[in-house]
Amino acid sequence: MVAGFFVAIMILTVLLFLARPWIPPVASQHGNGIDFLINYLLLTSGVIFIAGHLILSAFVWKYSRRGAPPYRPLSSRTEWAWVLLPVLLMTAISEAGVLVLGLPIWEELYGKEPKDCITVEAVGKQFEWITRYPGKDGKFGKVRPDLVHDIENPLGLDKDDPAAKDDIVLRGPLHLPEGKLAQVQLRSHDVIHSYTVPQFRIKQDLLPGFTTSARFRPVRAGKYEVACAELCGLGHYRMRNEILVEPEKDFQAWLSQQKGWFE
Amino acid sequence: MMWWFIVSDALLFAGFLASYGFNRLASDVWPDRTQVFHMNFIVAMTFILISSSATMATAVAAASKRDRKVILRFLLLTLLGGICFLGMQAFEWTALIRQGARLDSNPWGAPAFSAFFFMITGFHGTHVLIGVIILAVVFNMARKEKCTAEGVELAGLYWHFVDLVWVFIFGSFYLL
Amino acid sequence: MILSQELHEHHEPAGFLRKYIFSTDHKVIGIQYLLTAMFMALVAAFLAILIRIQQAWPETAVVAPETYLSLVTMHGTLMVFFVISLALVSAFGNFLIPLQIGARDMAYPFLNMLSYWVIVPACLLMIASFFVEGGAAAAGWTAYPPLSALKEAVPGSGLGQTLWLLGMALFIASFTMGGLNFLTTILNLRTKGMSMMRLPLVVWTFLISTILGLLSFPALTAAAIMLLLDRHAGTSFFMPAGIVIGEKVLSHGGGTPLLFQHLFWFLGHPEVYVLVLPAVGIAFEVIAAFARRPPFGYRISVYALLVIAFLSMIVWGHHMFTSGMNPYVGEYFSTATVLITVPFAVLGLNLIASLWRGRLRLQTPMLFGLGIISAIGTGGLGGLYLGTAASDIYFHETYFVVGHFHFMIGTVTFFAIFAGIYYWFPKMFGRRMSERLGMIHFWLTIIPMFSAFILMHVQGIGGNLRRTYDPSSYAFNEPVRFMHVWITVLTFVLSAGQILFLVNFFWSLLFGRKAEDNPWEATTLEWSVSSPAPHGNWGAELPVVESGAYSYDPSSSDKDFLLQAPSWKTSQ
Ligand code: HEA
Ligand code: HEA
Ligand code: CUA
Ligand SMILES: [Cu+2]
Repeated sequence: MVAGFFVAIMILTVLLFLARPWIPPVASQHGNGIDFLINYLLLTSGVIFIAGHLILSAFVWKYSRRGAPPYRPLSSRTEWAWVLLPVLLMTAISEAGVLVLGLPIWEELYGKEPKDCITVEAVGKQFEWITRYPGKDGKFGKVRPDLVHDIENPLGLDKDDPAAKDDIVLRGPLHLPEGKLAQVQLRSHDVIHSYTVPQFRIKQDLLPGFTTSARFRPVRAGKYEVACAELCGLGHYRMRNEILVEPEKDFQAWLSQQKGWFE
Repeated sequence: MMWWFIVSDALLFAGFLASYGFNRLASDVWPDRTQVFHMNFIVAMTFILISSSATMATAVAAASKRDRKVILRFLLLTLLGGICFLGMQAFEWTALIRQGARLDSNPWGAPAFSAFFFMITGFHGTHVLIGVIILAVVFNMARKEKCTAEGVELAGLYWHFVDLVWVFIFGSFYLL
Repeated sequence: MILSQELHEHHEPAGFLRKYIFSTDHKVIGIQYLLTAMFMALVAAFLAILIRIQQAWPETAVVAPETYLSLVTMHGTLMVFFVISLALVSAFGNFLIPLQIGARDMAYPFLNMLSYWVIVPACLLMIASFFVEGGAAAAGWTAYPPLSALKEAVPGSGLGQTLWLLGMALFIASFTMGGLNFLTTILNLRTKGMSMMRLPLVVWTFLISTILGLLSFPALTAAAIMLLLDRHAGTSFFMPAGIVIGEKVLSHGGGTPLLFQHLFWFLGHPEVYVLVLPAVGIAFEVIAAFARRPPFGYRISVYALLVIAFLSMIVWGHHMFTSGMNPYVGEYFSTATVLITVPFAVLGLNLIASLWRGRLRLQTPMLFGLGIISAIGTGGLGGLYLGTAASDIYFHETYFVVGHFHFMIGTVTFFAIFAGIYYWFPKMFGRRMSERLGMIHFWLTIIPMFSAFILMHVQGIGGNLRRTYDPSSYAFNEPVRFMHVWITVLTFVLSAGQILFLVNFFWSLLFGRKAEDNPWEATTLEWSVSSPAPHGNWGAELPVVESGAYSYDPSSSDKDFLLQAPSWKTSQ
């Protein structure tokens, strides 16, 4: 009966995973790499999972019956020889995932900052995301914590800094051009948050006092949800925003209509 | 068991010192140590503490030979060294506090510096204080001939440990 | 250090108080730990049920958002530190170590008693924190600052968080005392003939676990002290400059929140291995006794355990892949993390191969033992997805992680606790548990538990985030949201099964069939003494060990096992 259970739960699990691709459809370039990696893991670990459970239940079934072949001691040579199997198998599978498939993605995400990309800023605070575009001058102006005011100046932009004049500050969705590499700089006003867009396969924590960044190339126009993935207080579950990915032309048209915060 | 206590206590200090290092590497400004400390004074403090380790070693050696007079004499010396160290540390603390150093701020910038300084040296100072109390008890027992060689040895072990920790603290705050 | 146990005089203590409450007998203390853990398990399970109701039917809003966070935080904390640690390490460790190595008691019986009586106020503090202003701690069991440091940030970060820190400090103090005791006992009090390589594997796992614990807990102590100072003395170890909450700029400055995460996980990661290793040890014990053959590769398993322990000290950063630490460091942690799968796979293979050509007796302890194998495999393979840094970017903070660790830290350990209780109950209380109720309990546990936690993996693939009060607030996880209801229903079934266990436990305690000395025909030392084990364990003379821990010989027809100290009983 236990043997049957192990086979049953194994088959059910496999069916559940195969029932449909539960993962939200990917919409960024490096996301394809991550999905490939996940499929690789599903395949390899799936084989071990199935084989392990089959052997386990076979043993349970066979050796709980009368008349099964009796035990005989194994030499320690034989034991070591058998151990070689999991050692080689697991080393190969796991390190291939990390080093062969994982490293290139890691490089794409964290390697040298590329030149041709659009840089925006997302600032997290309890419990909302505020977006900032650098404006025409392409430079983010200075911000000062003591100037922060929820309505009049949510980021604490410094009026005296000329670069701050044309900075565009938005509380609504973030717009991005399709197919262009986006670099989202992340800052937090209060506690740790985490900027995540499941469909872009992006997740990056925001640390107060530091600037981190998330990098991705959206490949499909559409509307995507931004969520906060790090516990940040009682409103954590509703700290959402949206990203609108539009064709380059539409995006430029939209951007040119936006006014700087102090304009 | 004493050994395991010492190992885990040492790891606690290691945790603090590693945090100190982490913080120091992460921040771009850090006070200039020559501006903050009087190096000669600190070196004297360190010297006294290290010498007390030597006197303690002598006491332990004497204990194994059951030479009561030597034990008492050197225990007393160690005790004095410890008290001296504590006094000097109290003096250093007061001096720093007079200059405006607090747990959350200090006149040389980088408030984390004084937070770490007070926490780690305070923690170490508490250890020295406990060591002094242990030594006093052992001294008293040895005077009444109720103390075993093993007792002296354990006290010695603890004392050496406290000294060793100071060497690391000295290195990371005053030298680097 | 020389410890001579023959010098100890062993008088049976008189009086109820000395015998059952302030006892220094390792067996009584072990049982005290077990009962305490059981009580805390009820509390933590109650919290889990509330969590489940909220997740399945968020529209009913059984609790407020801030209460939900307290529930999650305290559920995690209680389960990890006050249920599993107490039941698996403290309770079984105390009960088994002296009996299995042939000692009369722990090396320091008084310290042992003290360690128990420090845990009691710790439990009370944790429970009390629910009833203070602002409620219990609400920053997750990981207690990341600034959230856990600033009372402006979340209501639970007031008094509740302080009590949490004090409770943890007491827990660490108690665990350190207990650990020192385990270590000295195992290293110094082994009876004649009990060499290290003749120790039962479960004693090996206790030894390695306590060393791991002793090495890693100081990091959390340091973090807790610094966090307390940040909260109450105005320091800024973990707080950078310029934090703005509600338009007010805080005066903190100069610290970094990442430091806490490093310190926490330097403890937190080894801690989960502290818990899982004894579970593996119990699995080996049970499987050897019920497969009627020595475990496959005793020596190899010991080496694998040592390798796991070593590796677990240097991989803590895999919880921080997305935290903003240096990405190169992240790659290192990833490479090292997935290496742990290698010794674990060796252990898994040894466990499975221990069945090969055995003569399996499928009684309750064995059923749970077999469940452990499957759960380690399933949960561990999930760890592979998380240990690979690039895929963890997607899985981090989703229910995939929740599923992974409930398989490991929830299922494996609870199965080990159950296997251990069914197996050693006769030795603990001198009575047998009901086999039939045990079987029903097994099925009511394994079916809902495995199903629920596998569903959590699928939800994680669907992107469902953890620690969210209302899973319907996002649209991307809508396709997997219906599973919340299933999981909750499964949890109800699971809880009903546990009531059955409690009934069985206490009923058997009082009215169970009287147990023989060696009801399972096992070989380790504890089965030589009478059931329940007497005070002082060994009468006048200590046993002398003549063979390894698992002398089973299924080929002989009448008696297929040999006790480790076969001549002891006759000499009495
Ligand atoms: C007992 C507890 C336990 C154990 C043993 C493990 C084991 C492992 N864990 Fe887990 N882990 C936790 C408890 C545990 N974990 C907890 C509590 C958290 C979450 C903390 C939080 O954030 O709140 C966590 C989170 C966690 C993370 C962070 C995820 C994130 O937050 O993003 C990672 C990432 O690397 C990870 C990896 C691993 C790995 C690689 C193993 C490996 O050791 C696993 C190796 C095992 C195998 C590979 C199985 C091999 C077996 C076979 C081959 C036999 C096969 C047989 C059959 C199939 C029948 N774990
Ligand atoms: C040992 C660890 C352990 C165990 C056993 C469990 C058991 C369970 N957990 Fe828990 N859980 C955690 C550790 C554990 N959990 C941790 C660390 C977190 C993370 C917290 C955080 O995010 O900060 C978490 C978070 C967590 C969440 C995520 C919440 C969120 O992110 O929003 C959920 C949701 O469903 C959940 C559910 C459950 C359920 C249904 C069970 C069920 O299995 C419970 C069933 C009950 C029992 C199995 C016990 C009853 C048994 C007895 C009374 C028998 C006698 C006992 C003894 C002999 C000792 N848990
Ligand atoms: Cu912001 Cu969670
Ligand atoms: Cu870990």
